[in-house]
Amino acid sequence: MQHVWIVLGVLFVFLNIAAGLIWVERRLLALWQDRLGPNRAGPLGLFIVLADTLKLFFKEDWIPPFADKWVFILAPTVVVASVLMGLAIIPFAPGIVVADLNVGLMFFLAMSSLGVYSIVLGGWASNNKYSLLGALRGASQMIAYEVFMGLSLMGVVMLSRSFNLTEIVAAQEKIWYVFLQPVGFIIFFIAGLAETHRLPFDIPEAESELIAGFHAEYSGMKFGMFFIGEYLGISLISAMTVTLFFGGWLGPAFLPPVVWFFLKTFLFIGLFILLRASLPRPRYDQLMAYGWKLLLPLVLANLLITGAVALWLKS
Amino acid sequence: MGMSLQQIVFGVLSIISIISALGVILSKNPVTSVLCLIVTFFTIAGHYIMLNAQFLAVVHIIVYAGAIMVLFLFVIMLMNLNAEIEPQKRSWLKYAGAISGGALLLVLLAALREASVSSLQPGAVEIGLISNLGKTLFSTYVLPFEVSSILFLSAMVGAVVIGKKEGHES
Repeated sequence: MQHVWIVLGVLFVFLNIAAGLIWVERRLLALWQDRLGPNRAGPLGLFIVLADTLKLFFKEDWIPPFADKWVFILAPTVVVASVLMGLAIIPFAPGIVVADLNVGLMFFLAMSSLGVYSIVLGGWASNNKYSLLGALRGASQMIAYEVFMGLSLMGVVMLSRSFNLTEIVAAQEKIWYVFLQPVGFIIFFIAGLAETHRLPFDIPEAESELIAGFHAEYSGMKFGMFFIGEYLGISLISAMTVTLFFGGWLGPAFLPPVVWFFLKTFLFIGLFILLRASLPRPRYDQLMAYGWKLLLPLVLANLLITGAVALWLKS
Repeated sequence: MGMSLQQIVFGVLSIISIISALGVILSKNPVTSVLCLIVTFFTIAGHYIMLNAQFLAVVHIIVYAGAIMVLFLFVIMLMNLNAEIEPQKRSWLKYAGAISGGALLLVLLAALREASVSSLQPGAVEIGLISNLGKTLFSTYVLPFEVSSILFLSAMVGAVVIGKKEGHES
């Protein structure tokens, strides 16, 4: 019975965080751009979340007649489903985890690699040249950055000798892995930005060149699913960063573990939004060159050095 | 009918995998074929989990469903294949396909007929767990494992050489 409550709790908390981020993102962006942002509906403009969600539900849900209908409907569900599956392996506190898999880290990588289907299928099914261009960009971007994401985490696995996330957090009792694996952390976070295709890496939707890229033809709640999927993705990457590099639920005892976990997670969500507010978008070829020519050698060197030091310390 | 939970799950997985595999070859639309193949890969990953090979299952999803099939979709989208413009296949090609497929089936059946369940040792159930698999790969099978990694490396170099644009070298 407790298990059912954990599943429902995780769903409830993260779907609400994803919706709440509508307000958080707009207010923070406004703060950094010296504006007020949404401040009319409710206290501090909080009801913008309700207004926006209601608007999405009441908009006409239109499927273009030239679109491939079933694939068009399937695409937005894939991103939400894969991210929610990814949340299943995160330990929020000792014992509070949906699925404590012994291949937890690999499961996260598998689920984040499935998210690319929503972009590819959505862009293809829309039967629109801007959408198709966005889908092609999205596919190559996400496949490339998936490689660096996986490799950047292997250093953590070498140090903790486990793929199980609960054990990885427990292994950080003495020192957080961000201090032992700084390169791994930075590359993981950059790859996370690219995987969730957030600004500055929002090249699949780049509104100044591609209208709205892969979701140009989507409206109503189907667009809303892409929207919520993106916010869920941010939350997932932030939660994974905290789990793998910032000691998860660990923290001084004056606050309960779950509170520590969410405090750290919200800091990284804020960092996601700050990056959006401060960095310009690179060109598509710059993004690919940056990945393959800079990040790949860096992540391989990091792996080599981590392995060598771990062996040296052992002997 | 005393079916255990495992038998029910196995049956459901097998039925879905056969239906989706048929969908791959019977569908006229290449994108539908790819989507059916992805479903097939997921059901096969399910079978791996039932064999307690969790690592293999997850790697199967990462490599096949997460990377290779995306590239398939990528190519299909770039070539803009669809049912209308796809040329009709020649009839001798169909016969050749049927004969070679039938030959493969024959070989598989002949190989599986001799296999017996009793040849499985009790310890074999634990082999799929990640640490046992790693220990086996890097002790008993270290030579074939390293040789296959060289094979991958040479394939990668080959892909880079082919992909390199001509005329840029000089």
